[in-house]
Amino acid sequence: MVSYFKDILVGFYSLLAGMSVTIRYFFQPIVTVQYPRDKITMTPRYRGHTQLALDEETSTHTCIACELCARTCPSQLITVKGVKVDKKKKVPWQYVIEYQYCSLCGLCIDVCPTNALEWSDEYRLAGYTREDSVFDLLTRFQRQQQMAGVPMTPIPEAPAVEEGEAEPVEEGKE
Amino acid sequence: METMAQPAAVSVFGMIVGLIAVIGLVSVNALFLIWMERKVSAHMQLRPGPMEVGWHGAIQTIADALKLMGKELITPRDVDRPVFWLAPIVVFLPVLLSFLVIPFSQNLIIRDMNVGVLLILAFAALTVLAILMAGWASNNKYSVFGSIRSVAQNVAYEIPLLITLMSIILIVGSFSLVDIVNAQSKYWFVLIQPVAFILYITCATAETNRAPFDLPEAESELVAGFHTEYTGMRFALFFLAEYTNMFIVASIATVFFLGGWRGPFLPGFAWFLIKVYFIIFLIMWFRWTFPRVRFDQLITFAWKILIPLAFANLIITAFIMKLL
Repeated sequence: MVSYFKDILVGFYSLLAGMSVTIRYFFQPIVTVQYPRDKITMTPRYRGHTQLALDEETSTHTCIACELCARTCPSQLITVKGVKVDKKKKVPWQYVIEYQYCSLCGLCIDVCPTNALEWSDEYRLAGYTREDSVFDLLTRFQRQQQMAGVPMTPIPEAPAVEEGEAEPVEEGKE
Repeated sequence: METMAQPAAVSVFGMIVGLIAVIGLVSVNALFLIWMERKVSAHMQLRPGPMEVGWHGAIQTIADALKLMGKELITPRDVDRPVFWLAPIVVFLPVLLSFLVIPFSQNLIIRDMNVGVLLILAFAALTVLAILMAGWASNNKYSVFGSIRSVAQNVAYEIPLLITLMSIILIVGSFSLVDIVNAQSKYWFVLIQPVAFILYITCATAETNRAPFDLPEAESELVAGFHTEYTGMRFALFFLAEYTNMFIVASIATVFFLGGWRGPFLPGFAWFLIKVYFIIFLIMWFRWTFPRVRFDQLITFAWKILIPLAFANLIITAFIMKLL
């Protein structure tokens, strides 16, 4: 008889305990992000596609168009083309990645001698065609500079075709 | 039967206005409750719930209702046609009739009958018949299981429900809902009958087939229970009846335990609705807190705990009433 009432009271208390948990949650702020309208900032270690890093001092990129990243890439999706601006210095006039082939291995970032590359925090990468995931990092870098509020680095002109091969600019490797 | 002395014409006119108002209230209430249910459940799980249609998804349920109306009414080949067609109507009629005696405020009541409580409970019992009809006529094992459970559950839980209400009726000495509200002019009966209140809310949750007693339509085991085979507006009627039943049991709780329309500042109607929706919130809170009970637990709980406690409460109440 005592255990009967004890069961009822203990059971009733456990029900109240459960209800207190749900009501606490009821008044907590919601965690859902209304995605197309609200966007979350990604964590610092998020790996999107690669992008040219904005140098703090010079407020431009440090790419010297050495093409090490293009050569080390296991999927060969990076196209870097440089142009000489003076005797020593070379800058890229084209830096295109075909992100659809990228396995996010990060070798290009590791191999870069001037630390010109970094992971971007871009995650909205859906597209309708394969060409939608071909990114021109130099124009993207201009947008990065715009966002950071620093003067944009102009993209140099392509050198006059003299090496023999007249490759179209937007052509990717098959 | 009637305690009001009114001319017949006024009475008939009042009935018609009342009927239209009730149908309006039933639909609006169901639309609101479905939205409220989704919002309450969402916020308890840290989600926002419906947000797209209207302000915070306020007219989402109207969109859903329009979609339901546009759906084809499918009648499966082997169903028992007359019974299958009749069941949604039978489930909805008693729900409408119960509104006859609910006192929304001092004068806002269609008919104040001196058997008010009994009328509501008698009609509430008809819901079981409709569920049995729906399950049986569907010619589907899950539907039959659902309705068998529903009948066993409702028969078991109606007894403690009545007995707990009896202890209030014993104090007031009347079955009329208006008299019961008037008897609470000094204090609410929840203060002197807390056990009865808890028992009533438990039984009411079971009577309306709500979680944790939602075995008749247990999604994870019985598809959708008795309304598996129903589509479109017929399904909507079952849905409407379920939510309106919630409103009715909540209004009985308001009348019996929370002082009905009584309250300061606001008009009686507003107080009544506030209390009703508070009780409904409580029932929704149960649903999103407690897991569904097993069938033997359900029946054991009714016969071994609720009924003895209800009887004990009634006897103690009767004893104290005799002493006073």
